[in-house]
Amino acid sequence: MESGSLATELLRPPSPRRRRTDKAMRALMWTATFIALVPLVLVLYYTLKKGIGALDWEFFSTDPTGSFLGTQGGVKSAILGTLEIVGFAAVVAVPLGIGVALYLTEYGGRGRLAQAVRFFVDVMTGVPSIVFGLFIYLVLVLGGTGGSTFAGWKGSAALALLMLPIVTRSSEVALQLVPGSLREAALALGAPRWKVVLRVVLPTAASGIVTGSLLAIARAAGETAPLLFTSTIVKGTTFDLNEPMNSLPAQIFQDLKQPNDELVQRAWGAAITLIAMILTLTLVAKLIQRRSRGKGAT
Amino acid sequence: MNPQPTDATGEAAPETTTGGRPQNVPVVTEDGAAGTPNRPAPGGRQVALSDLSAYYGDHRAVKEVNVSFSAGEVTAIIGPSGCGKSTMVRCINRMHEEIDGARAEGQVLIGETDLYGPDVDVVAVRRAVGMVFQRPNPFPTMSIYDNVAAGLRFTGAPRSEIDARVTDALKAAGLWEEVKDRLDKHGSGLSGGQQQRLCIARALAVEPEVLLMDEPCSALDPVATLKIEELIGELKERVTIVIVTHNMQQAARVADTTVFMLDGELVEVGSTHKLFTTPEDERTERYVSGKFG
Repeated sequence: MESGSLATELLRPPSPRRRRTDKAMRALMWTATFIALVPLVLVLYYTLKKGIGALDWEFFSTDPTGSFLGTQGGVKSAILGTLEIVGFAAVVAVPLGIGVALYLTEYGGRGRLAQAVRFFVDVMTGVPSIVFGLFIYLVLVLGGTGGSTFAGWKGSAALALLMLPIVTRSSEVALQLVPGSLREAALALGAPRWKVVLRVVLPTAASGIVTGSLLAIARAAGETAPLLFTSTIVKGTTFDLNEPMNSLPAQIFQDLKQPNDELVQRAWGAAITLIAMILTLTLVAKLIQRRSRGKGAT
Repeated sequence: MNPQPTDATGEAAPETTTGGRPQNVPVVTEDGAAGTPNRPAPGGRQVALSDLSAYYGDHRAVKEVNVSFSAGEVTAIIGPSGCGKSTMVRCINRMHEEIDGARAEGQVLIGETDLYGPDVDVVAVRRAVGMVFQRPNPFPTMSIYDNVAAGLRFTGAPRSEIDARVTDALKAAGLWEEVKDRLDKHGSGLSGGQQQRLCIARALAVEPEVLLMDEPCSALDPVATLKIEELIGELKERVTIVIVTHNMQQAARVADTTVFMLDGELVEVGSTHKLFTTPEDERTERYVSGKFG
């Protein structure tokens, strides 16, 4: 081809058809984004509008009274219960999940056991949360394990089962992102395998693991179904995990069914509280992610 | 955490310098085999491979190689891609077996000891045989100081020694002047060439007898490459160096002895000058004159 025709080729303005397609596609993308944002904004707006009136000092500092008439009280027991139940679940599930992920990436490799574990982790990710609740109900609640029927720690057990595959999966991804060359470097320096994992692999993957774990905790904190028939719904605050324990999602579930405007408003207020708690966790996770990315780049 | 910037460690180990630094004159100590137990004898130790074969599953990548690398020398291994040169050096510190399905047969002798003997501790082997990889791979979560100290900490060196040995290793790697004011900064902030010298310092800090370098300059620019090559010339007083390179000019510049490999077999070993000017094997001649590879 001669240079003259190449120049005309390069300088020719885009055809009207290309322009039209470009414009149409752009419009389509903006519309799709807008449509996707509508429910999100509406949920936030509606929750705030309905629930903001419920928020006052008393809301956070008193337990539900349960009396038919008169003052209904706040959701202190539910907030503390959620923190206790989710906290205990995280203490159990996060180290366990990281352990499984370490096995999968550092030791199991492509072995048969590792493949089987991977498969079951995937299956567990897809199990509906109510099934975990039902399982704990059948095994721990009906059996009266630990001398109690419904108990906070049984709710934690159900949530831990729910979190375990999420923590495992996200940690595995974070660990796989650690370059093999770093493991090689450490091994070649004469580090035993466990030190390679502890001093090089885990610190390098730390931000990803923490982020994934926080998101798993956030996910568990919003679950209702696993708690309904494990830790159930009570009024009073308790710090004994072997007693029935209140939680925010369960309290919302309970209050919304009541023919009492004050209780329904309390449910919306509890929803705002829960959203704020989860949002905080998510923001912390994002912050950690961003900080570590900045560090890696330079 | 920060080491004192001690400049007076010269009496402990043979001092090496970078090209243009005037204050240090290389000190060559004359004791041969008898170093103190912690410090390797200057010049490292001889390494001998005997009937060494390496496999990836059923594929034999290195075929019954017999060769020895002399102490106090730089030996370059050249050959076309896939000829087994990297695999062979990875057998010397037993890193080859870290790959799934990989194994080695035969002997690798350092002094009298067979590294593949039944009672040999792999971790101890890797302490005695350091390695520098193709791409600089400093630990991203650690500071420059911690990177160099990493090997010492992995192997449980006494805390009191770490400062001095980090300083010594950084000086030996010609990096001390460039990083002494920012030892607590991350190693990833250094240039590629500096990172590679940091990796060399990291390997030197555990005071190995042998240093393997697997194409250490292939990811670096010419200036950084030159610096590393100068460094190799200085370090051979301290450790036995085996360098894999696909760059024949580099082999000619740095190596005392050159080994030519082809298809997993050792074709020819000779002094670098002889191998490049009057090779005995016709295949070597064809390779070094650029007719294939």
